[in-house]
Amino acid sequence: MSKIHVTTKVNGDPVEFLADPRETLLDCLRDRLGLTGSKEGCGTGDCGACSVILDGRLVCSCLVLGVEAQGKAVETIEGMAQGEDLHPLQRKFIEHAALQCGFCTPGILVAAKALLETNPDPTETEVRYWLAGNLCRCTGYDKIIRAVMDAAAELRGEAA
Amino acid sequence: MAKDEYREFRLVGTRPDRPDGLDKVTGRARYGADMTAPGMLWGAVVRSPHAHARIVKIDTSKAEALEGVKAVVTRADLPTGLTGEDWDLQENTLAGERALYDGHAVAAVAATSALIAQEAARLVEVDYEVLPHVTDVDAAMAPDAPVIREGAADPTVPEGMHPNVVKYFAFDHGDVEAGFAQADLVMERTYKTEATHQGYIEPHACLGQLGSDGKGEMWVCTQGQWFIRRMCAAVVGIEAAQLRVTPSEIGGGFGGKTTIFMEPLSLALSRKAGGRPVKIVMSRSEVLRATGPTASASMDVKIGMKKDGTITAGKATFRMQGGAFPGAPVDMALYCAFAPYKMPAVECEGFDVLANRPKCAAYRAPGSPMGAFAVESLLDEMCRKLGIDPMDMRMKNAVREGDRAAYGPKFGSIGLVEVLEATRAHPNLSIPLGLNQGRGIASGYWFNHGGETSVSMAISEDGTAQVSVGTPDIGGSRASIALMTAETLGIPYEDVRVNVVETGALGVNEPTHGSRATFASGKAAVEAAQHAIKEMCRRAAAEWGIEPEAVEWVDGAAQPAGPNAGKFPPMTIAEIAGKMGSTGGPISGHHESVPGGVGESFGCHVVDVEVDPETGGVKILRYLVVQDAGRAIHPSYVEGQYQGGAAQGIGWALNEGYIYGEDGRLQNPVFLDYRVPVASDLPMIDTVIVEVPNPGHPYGVRGVGETGITPPLPAIANAIQAATGARLTELPMNPPRVLAAIKAAKAG
Repeated sequence: MSKIHVTTKVNGDPVEFLADPRETLLDCLRDRLGLTGSKEGCGTGDCGACSVILDGRLVCSCLVLGVEAQGKAVETIEGMAQGEDLHPLQRKFIEHAALQCGFCTPGILVAAKALLETNPDPTETEVRYWLAGNLCRCTGYDKIIRAVMDAAAELRGEAA
Repeated sequence: MAKDEYREFRLVGTRPDRPDGLDKVTGRARYGADMTAPGMLWGAVVRSPHAHARIVKIDTSKAEALEGVKAVVTRADLPTGLTGEDWDLQENTLAGERALYDGHAVAAVAATSALIAQEAARLVEVDYEVLPHVTDVDAAMAPDAPVIREGAADPTVPEGMHPNVVKYFAFDHGDVEAGFAQADLVMERTYKTEATHQGYIEPHACLGQLGSDGKGEMWVCTQGQWFIRRMCAAVVGIEAAQLRVTPSEIGGGFGGKTTIFMEPLSLALSRKAGGRPVKIVMSRSEVLRATGPTASASMDVKIGMKKDGTITAGKATFRMQGGAFPGAPVDMALYCAFAPYKMPAVECEGFDVLANRPKCAAYRAPGSPMGAFAVESLLDEMCRKLGIDPMDMRMKNAVREGDRAAYGPKFGSIGLVEVLEATRAHPNLSIPLGLNQGRGIASGYWFNHGGETSVSMAISEDGTAQVSVGTPDIGGSRASIALMTAETLGIPYEDVRVNVVETGALGVNEPTHGSRATFASGKAAVEAAQHAIKEMCRRAAAEWGIEPEAVEWVDGAAQPAGPNAGKFPPMTIAEIAGKMGSTGGPISGHHESVPGGVGESFGCHVVDVEVDPETGGVKILRYLVVQDAGRAIHPSYVEGQYQGGAAQGIGWALNEGYIYGEDGRLQNPVFLDYRVPVASDLPMIDTVIVEVPNPGHPYGVRGVGETGITPPLPAIANAIQAATGARLTELPMNPPRVLAAIKAAKAG
């Protein structure tokens, strides 16, 4: 099957790649662009390990075709820190030991960032329901929820 | 809470950032599927759609003719003559005469892209003659059950058993019948648990390369690179030392990544494709259909109890299927089942049974959750009948140091009583419950494990230290090993770098399994550091012109051991390291052993549930884990193990389970249908770390990874009975089953 030329923006940078029309955005990020921070845990949109922001919307990149990224803007885990400065969510995940194996972590961080951008002061229940599409098998979610709540407080300017 | 018989530590017990944290929050950490290599091909596996079928013919010609396909392998490409476990591994890697379960690999292809490989896999034509199958353990033992493999039984199996029973296991002590005669209440029940999957979020992935010279390399997500090396070498017929295996970061394992599945196929494909590296990444449905879930179990338990709660005797018969190969953890299940209790008499027997399901693998405290579900459920029901507080019963019968374990050996220092005391003291136990709510309590046990361990430590020129370990870091073991090494050397935590290394760098290491990484690699790292300290003291002594015995190591520096040793200012590790080249060369320490002194681990969980009487849905209101860690080196990651174990146990109890259709096919091979707990299913999980130090470890570590998955199964069943009056004896306790039990309890 002949490939399609795709021009898009990833983490603010213009990129282009050739995509087989059957390839997912996740495949293209990982195998065409070398951005392997987004993970494939299921390929069916159930685990959230591939979460990215596509034109401002949180999506499972395994459910989006690579060719659909044409002319859009994609944000991935690789764009979350600004140079040496980690996003508060990233810092709080380390501080709270909110990761064990770390495989689900990129997707959860991307999803949590999307939450805090729409709801800067979520309740615990809101965090739990927002992240219900991101499976973590190691932590039992406890420390993840605490890290997200703590990062939200910091972003609101409240002392931890 | 902490029963501290040790001095205060500078670093042990603190909560610094983990060394691999930055890589893991930025997406930089490289997992199994994240590696590529020049000239790389992609592999795909052809799998049986049948639960049991004779493979009449495999025609690979169409696949081979597809442009971009570089290799196709079938069993004919693997060596013959393997026996025992090696044969099992090879047969599971690629079916021989018969496909033994839905998802069993029958061929594999390698091509220049993943899409071409998948297309080629579809073009491999396999003629099957479908055979009768069986997937349930009790059905597999019935006289009319299809025979999965003639002659697979080992000599332990009594005459007259069905050929699917491949191992028989029994132990006893005391007079069980006399015990039952003394009891005021004797109860007997049968329990069933379904197979569950470890459910690690990272599917298996590897990148293997093998040349015609028999030399190979592999990058793979695994809990144990030496296990992968030995098993792959056997399956493809090369020498173990010629295969160099590098572990990637690992996206969860829980026991399921201690063995091989498609890894040898990457090597066999690579060899056939002229040595080009071949990457194989499993899909989720491949993971669920064809890697190693845990066994399913059918268990009869009988217990005698006096009016005051004293247990007089216990009897258990466990039947487990672990797929089409021997290896169900029926022995472990029986060992653990009565472990928290003083048992005057026990009689246990177990049957390991073949069925047309994937070959089971270890899953967090293998066997222990099933045994606990049966025994802890029955004990709770008996307490209820006799009007005894289940905490009182647990305390009255609790094993202590010097007691004989139900399975034979005498316990050394153990912390069950301390765990039960801490549980009883926890505020969660006095929170009042409302309508349709109930509280359940259960205990759990795991042996913990030592295992072959090899660690190497080297002092750098600036006095910092690097530690090479062979146990992949799944949940913070780099941090715990760095803490112990830095504590021992007397240097900052940040001055130690712990590297998980490839098979070429160390002697054989067992995997990160059995809750052993922080115990065994940690113990070996401390030994290695002490070896280096001795050498550094010797170097300081030589410079000062005094005897090495007159030098001691304090706070990261050598100093004279007393006023008689001479007056010299302390010589720091950085000073000693800075001149190592002129004082005798590199300074390092090594340690190789199978460490003894393993400390057993007990836990007790308390769960509050609310049951919806309309739907049978069970909501976890609050959850408490109390467990003896021996010593929590990094308490945050100990809590994480407790919480994660509890969450997996909750999933096993309420939702998870393999569902096989009449056709023997797995009906729920995706996360949508194999539903693991999500964030909105769970509350915060409270933890109490009890510390009864293990005298067999320099810092008192017991190992904390596994016990936590055991109590949730019975604790939740006990809580459901408390809430509804209905007793569930079969897992998972999903809404239809709970609803049926409530209706039956009302009717009965």
